[in-house]
Amino acid sequence: MDIVLQQLVNGLTLGSVYGLIAIGYTMVYGIIGMINFAHGDVYMVSAYITAIAIAILTFFGIESFPIIIVGTLFLTVAVTGAYGWVIERIAYRPLRSSSRLAVLISAIGMSLILQNYVQLSQGANQQGVPTLLTGAIRFSVGDGFVQITYMKLFILFVSLLGMGVLTYVIQKTKLGRMCRATQQDRKMASILGIDTDKVISTVFVIGAVMAALAGVLVTLDYGAFDFYVGFIIGIKAFTAAVLGGIGSLPGAMLGGLILGLSEALFAGLISSDYKDVFSFSLLVLILIIRPSGLLGKPEVEKV
Amino acid sequence: MSQAVGINFKKSSVDAFIAGLMALVLFGPIVGVVLDGYGFNAEFGRVAWIVAVVAVGRFVMSSFLQTEKGIALAFRYANSDDGVTVLPPGHKSKMIWIIPLVIAVGLLIPFIASKYVLTVIILGLIYVLLGLGLNIVVGLAGLLDLGFVGFYAIGAYGLALGYENLGLGFWSMLPIAAILAAFAGAILGFPVLRMHGDYLAIVTLGFGEIIRLILTNWASFTHGPNGVSAPLPTFFGLEFKRRSRDGETFHEFFNIPYDSAYKYMFIYIVLFAVVWAVLFIKHRLVKMPIGRAWEALREDEIACRSLGLNHVLVKLSAFMIGASTGGLAGVFFATYQGFVNPSSFTFFESALILAIVVLGGMGSTLGVVIAAFCLTVLPEMLREFAEYRVLMFGILMVVMMIWKPRGIVRVTRTGFSPKKGVVK
Repeated sequence: MDIVLQQLVNGLTLGSVYGLIAIGYTMVYGIIGMINFAHGDVYMVSAYITAIAIAILTFFGIESFPIIIVGTLFLTVAVTGAYGWVIERIAYRPLRSSSRLAVLISAIGMSLILQNYVQLSQGANQQGVPTLLTGAIRFSVGDGFVQITYMKLFILFVSLLGMGVLTYVIQKTKLGRMCRATQQDRKMASILGIDTDKVISTVFVIGAVMAALAGVLVTLDYGAFDFYVGFIIGIKAFTAAVLGGIGSLPGAMLGGLILGLSEALFAGLISSDYKDVFSFSLLVLILIIRPSGLLGKPEVEKV
Repeated sequence: MSQAVGINFKKSSVDAFIAGLMALVLFGPIVGVVLDGYGFNAEFGRVAWIVAVVAVGRFVMSSFLQTEKGIALAFRYANSDDGVTVLPPGHKSKMIWIIPLVIAVGLLIPFIASKYVLTVIILGLIYVLLGLGLNIVVGLAGLLDLGFVGFYAIGAYGLALGYENLGLGFWSMLPIAAILAAFAGAILGFPVLRMHGDYLAIVTLGFGEIIRLILTNWASFTHGPNGVSAPLPTFFGLEFKRRSRDGETFHEFFNIPYDSAYKYMFIYIVLFAVVWAVLFIKHRLVKMPIGRAWEALREDEIACRSLGLNHVLVKLSAFMIGASTGGLAGVFFATYQGFVNPSSFTFFESALILAIVVLGGMGSTLGVVIAAFCLTVLPEMLREFAEYRVLMFGILMVVMMIWKPRGIVRVTRTGFSPKKGVVK
């Protein structure tokens, strides 16, 4: 019983992180209909920038937790957002009118470039960050106990905050209306005076910013990372996006939570060696049974 | 456009400044601050170089695009047609002279090349086979398969485990592995191919990873990360070993001194024959209705479906033929290495095979053969640049997609002329 509860707690935090990354996939797919393969590697870049920001801040003698965390968040979000913008500008915008296959291949190329570039400049070794936030709340359940670290609470808080702000921006602001209009009909939106290229760039930046939030949170919690972390977590976040219905923003968050919970339960109760296999199999199963996902609309192909 | 075009250097400078600033933001942290434990080593010299190169490059590019030549280039780029070159009817290909020449030279190679050169060429040929297989799937049918390495792994492990558990040798596993891989392709492809093409990419990516994870974790059957040894091919039952437990070996039978190069010579000759067979089959398939259907589906799926093509079966056939070619390549890889382990079948391999197809030209046979040798033999020669290999592949993919989406060798096709007496 305590294992189940503990895994539920772990799954909830894991799922909120998947949800954050899935937002990037789902928004980009919604607006230009491509799978941004480099998104997982944007997350990986943000993990490195987190560690670099912490190293720089501690180098300047800043010790207090709130300043470090705010400074790290700010730096990581800013630099990763710039990555999102530049990637779109270099690898995807010149291919706006090309076939979908060409864009996909370009995205895979971008993903390889990011991985190898980080590996070349930072070395292939695993890197780490110091533990900044310690302590936990414990509940006794039956014979055992359930432990919720403050870090996990922090992850939940920040990711919910991030999703809340994003939902507000998309639903209530002018920028959000422009995004939704471009998603519904790009040609019509541009006729009505919306600079769709700018909107697409913005969407890439938003996706990268969300991935950066996830990168900071996971890196602080887990401590270790290398240049290859983006691959697996990218596929899982994509699974979350498909599960929730690709193109749907609440779907991405819901899909992330469901995937995180089910994966944590699978790892705790059945086998942790095969938890990645479980996630991939789940992806294949969803695509076979319900390709439009939980909250998505079925895609109709038109001439 | 007869008016003189002046270069607006102010605009170029602004462009260069923005690009340099962006490069500073992007490369500053990652390149300039190298993590070392919880501290860091500053490497600002590297950042300065990169920023300078980016800014100067942007300045030159921005200025060039404002000249008349630059405008013409940009115009041509924007309107480049990326179709197929159609040759006049009755065109005679020069290949009819080149192919016998290549075969003759290819058959001479094992007797003149050193053992090292021979092993490099064998590796190149294995990638030719992989490239041809993926080219049917990606190039002809337009299905992006990112888990091609999974079929390669099925072939390689099929030989190793088939020998260990069932006692099957190279020759019996060669067809069985192809069938196994095709079967795996059918199981994976049938449900997925009914859906939108983009999903296929991610599902196949997941499939490749699942295969690798199973090979790593199912230690009781696959021996996990330690790998399994694979048998060598036999020459009508004669083994290529120094000594054999049962029966004679190759060198004893022919009364020649033992040389470890014999096995590579034999693998080379068999592989060479298989590559030509696959080339021939592919060449014929493209001209058959099924090949035409692949290409038609790639170009316009909705039109094909409304004309009554069964898109699932057509795609599935391409997927299965591609997969079985991957399986064949896997068998050769296992017997050439004498040993397989899961680390040979990472996503990087899939990306390399995809880079071969992209560079060679989608659908182009000759291009894929050239690209396979370029991307496998060149890195062997340029060992000191080995760590930049993946970076180069990535840049290659992006640049090729923007600049020449159809690859270095364009697909050509001979046109038709109506027969005499046909009413127009």
